[in-house]
Amino acid sequence: MGKQSPGMKLLVLTGAVVGALLIGALLLLMAGANPLVAYKAMLLGPFSSRYGITETLVKTTPLILVALGIVIAFRSGTLNIGAEGQMMIGALAGSAFALAFPSLPGIILLPATLLVSFAAGALWGGIPGWLKAYLNVNEILSTIMLNAIAAQFVTYMLRGPLIDPKEVSYGTGFPQTAQIAKAAWLPRLLPRTRLHWGIILALVLAGLVYIFLWRTSLGYKMRTVGAQKEASRYGGVRVERMMVLAMLLSGGFAGLAGMVEVLGIHHRLMDGISGGYGFSGIVVALFGQLHPLGVIPAAILFGALMLGADMMQRAVSVPAAIVFTIQGLVVLFVVGSDIFIRRPGFAARIFKRFKTPPRPVPDEGGAQ
Amino acid sequence: MSLAESSRRIQKLEMRGIVKTFPGVLANDHVNIEVHAGEVLALLGENGAGKSTLMKVLYGLYRPDAGEILINDQQVQIASPSDAIALGIGMVHQHFMLVPTLTVVENVVLGLPSSRGMFLDLDVAAARITDLSKKYGLRVDPWAYVWQLSVGEQQRVEILKVLYRGADLLILDEPTAVLTPQEVDELFPTLRDMTQMGHSIIFITHKMREVMAISHRVTVLRNGRSVATVATQDHTPRELAQMMVGRELLEQYDKTPREPGKVALQVENLSALDEKGLPALRGISFEVRRGEILGVAGVSGNGQRQLADAIAGLHPVTGGRILIAGQDVTHKLPSQIIRAGLGYIPEDRLHTGSIPAFSITENVILKDNDRPPLAKGPFLDFAEIERYSQRLVQEFDVKTPDLETPVRTLSGGNIQKLILAREISREPVVLIAAQPTRGLDIGATEYVHQRLLEQRDAGRAILLISEELDEIFKIADRVAVIYEGQIMDILPIAEATPEKLGLLMAGVAASPVGA
Repeated sequence: MGKQSPGMKLLVLTGAVVGALLIGALLLLMAGANPLVAYKAMLLGPFSSRYGITETLVKTTPLILVALGIVIAFRSGTLNIGAEGQMMIGALAGSAFALAFPSLPGIILLPATLLVSFAAGALWGGIPGWLKAYLNVNEILSTIMLNAIAAQFVTYMLRGPLIDPKEVSYGTGFPQTAQIAKAAWLPRLLPRTRLHWGIILALVLAGLVYIFLWRTSLGYKMRTVGAQKEASRYGGVRVERMMVLAMLLSGGFAGLAGMVEVLGIHHRLMDGISGGYGFSGIVVALFGQLHPLGVIPAAILFGALMLGADMMQRAVSVPAAIVFTIQGLVVLFVVGSDIFIRRPGFAARIFKRFKTPPRPVPDEGGAQ
Repeated sequence: MSLAESSRRIQKLEMRGIVKTFPGVLANDHVNIEVHAGEVLALLGENGAGKSTLMKVLYGLYRPDAGEILINDQQVQIASPSDAIALGIGMVHQHFMLVPTLTVVENVVLGLPSSRGMFLDLDVAAARITDLSKKYGLRVDPWAYVWQLSVGEQQRVEILKVLYRGADLLILDEPTAVLTPQEVDELFPTLRDMTQMGHSIIFITHKMREVMAISHRVTVLRNGRSVATVATQDHTPRELAQMMVGRELLEQYDKTPREPGKVALQVENLSALDEKGLPALRGISFEVRRGEILGVAGVSGNGQRQLADAIAGLHPVTGGRILIAGQDVTHKLPSQIIRAGLGYIPEDRLHTGSIPAFSITENVILKDNDRPPLAKGPFLDFAEIERYSQRLVQEFDVKTPDLETPVRTLSGGNIQKLILAREISREPVVLIAAQPTRGLDIGATEYVHQRLLEQRDAGRAILLISEELDEIFKIADRVAVIYEGQIMDILPIAEATPEKLGLLMAGVAASPVGA
């Protein structure tokens, strides 16, 4: 998309990260930590060991899946901010299904569980999609509200109907379900790591979403809705249906992300399984230029950033708030640096303004 | 008058040897213009001739690469619009720069200091606006909200904004492009009054009639160069048009008389509401036969848009029937109507007719992407799509670097050619062309007309909705006049005169047809 050379892009991105880390260093100093030690852990940790690499990919997996859904929704002209809730509902339905049929053979149980979670997430995403398409209800509001409902509903289910019977009999009452039958687990990809087959599933689905959006006429129609609704309708597309479909698929991918977390990592449903992936996935999708394949490197980068922040926290034992702040700074700087890539003359213009005495900037529209 | 003239700060403005280049384009190549107080200078040129660039240089939006600007023989530097305003230069943009949710007075004072410091002095400003309105005959209520105003009134607000800031020289960028003929008739006397009061006006246009009607002198731009500066009265419109395009023009198309065939489009007693729920179409009936062009003439906003959209299934119908080739398509989906044989060149080519962010190929397949030969099962057949797009681009002479170019980067004429290509190549039974040449230059307009005539001769039924009477006279076989959602009359073109149509367009007729 950018008009500049790859080298220039890399330079801008590096500059943005360095800028964010410099400000972060001030915060670390104020917290009494050594920024060099902290940043070494943050930047090198995720890539320097088998543990680091696999854990990065573990975090990458749900990010890719959520972001794919976001890409489909955004490309079709709906802003899905509800992936968090859709993940929860997907994981809830899938877990309930897997717990209800523990004796099914894995070859049936695993795919069926994933499908159930997809369908439940789709339903949760389809509601705001339908409301937007037919009643013109703002989907940003409705998806955020449905996040809150989903979170409370899942908490209720975990404390009541779906709670692990052992938690009740031991009297601990921790809000989580019983362990799901081993047959349904996503197998580990590497021994002695948490890396599981979910990453392969995510990569394959990224390819399929690309093919869907750019190589099929249905995908093309959905993109026309996102690009120009009036033209789309004029071209014979049933715009409302496409919007509902986009939100169904988007919610489905989020639901799947939630279930993959359960079947790959935790093997049971517990509170907070979405872990903020629903929101980070939006950033990943935008980072990846709203392209299904661009999402992959963006998710890896983001996964590394999340893991690096954890590692830094352990290395210099600073409050988690500082870690999140630095994470936020990096995102802010990288997103902000985009203008230097999109508009090559921008840097020159700013520097010129500092060199010459300030004068009103000629700008269209701001004329009077 | 002489007193008024001498009180103006700008007696004479000159631009000398202006050069402005953009990457790969020489937009202005040593252009010279000169305008005096009390005079209208028409800046005539086709789209892309460099008119707007030149005026943006004058208004301080662009810095020229070379050349100088002189006011009263003194060289001046214009680095920004505020410099231009300070020197007494004002610009009315083609696309209005108004805030619809604010009142007229709020729009006018936007960005200006108030006489009461941090508090607004809207009452003072409103009084001044009322004075200015009276002085220049620009009727507008200072307390009205801009969204309530018609396009013509909004333009008056733009002009008032410029006068309020004390402009002596006004730049009007294609001011009539958005106006109805009536609104144009109201604008011109105002402009004449202004010149009487010593203002000078630079009037950008590519319409010959307007040049003849309003200007004292003309500077013709072609390919970024000023090719001629002449007194308007010494030349005929035809001579000026030739200077503008640099070649001989067709005066008349060869329109072979043709016996129209079977009825292809039937509209019976059609009614529909507009977006506000008021009647937009009130019992419209007509038919179009194969091999004929039915022109629909009328002042903008009399139901033309709803008529075209209703036939295409894009606007809900509240009564009546629409038949395409005998098949009832009332209340059908747009896709079903497309399949029944409707081609549609919509009025809004950038929002409806095309997707500007998409490539040429992606725009070519807007309608038939789910059927062979463009699709294989659920998949798009890219080899075929590319072949097809290539053919269209060649046949219709769409100027583009390649097929992956986003349509947004093409000129208006090329976008229209692409839409025309897509709609005609689908071989429709009925083709609706709504304002098909609006905003196009002479060359592109001629091209569109030729293609429409060709389609007529190929036996298609064409519904031409146009606000340009010239266009209807040139290519239509019959003309229907629409007024307030009703057809006033339908005449063979041979029996129609501008006077007759003008009266019908104003709602004067013995009795509406089909009411």
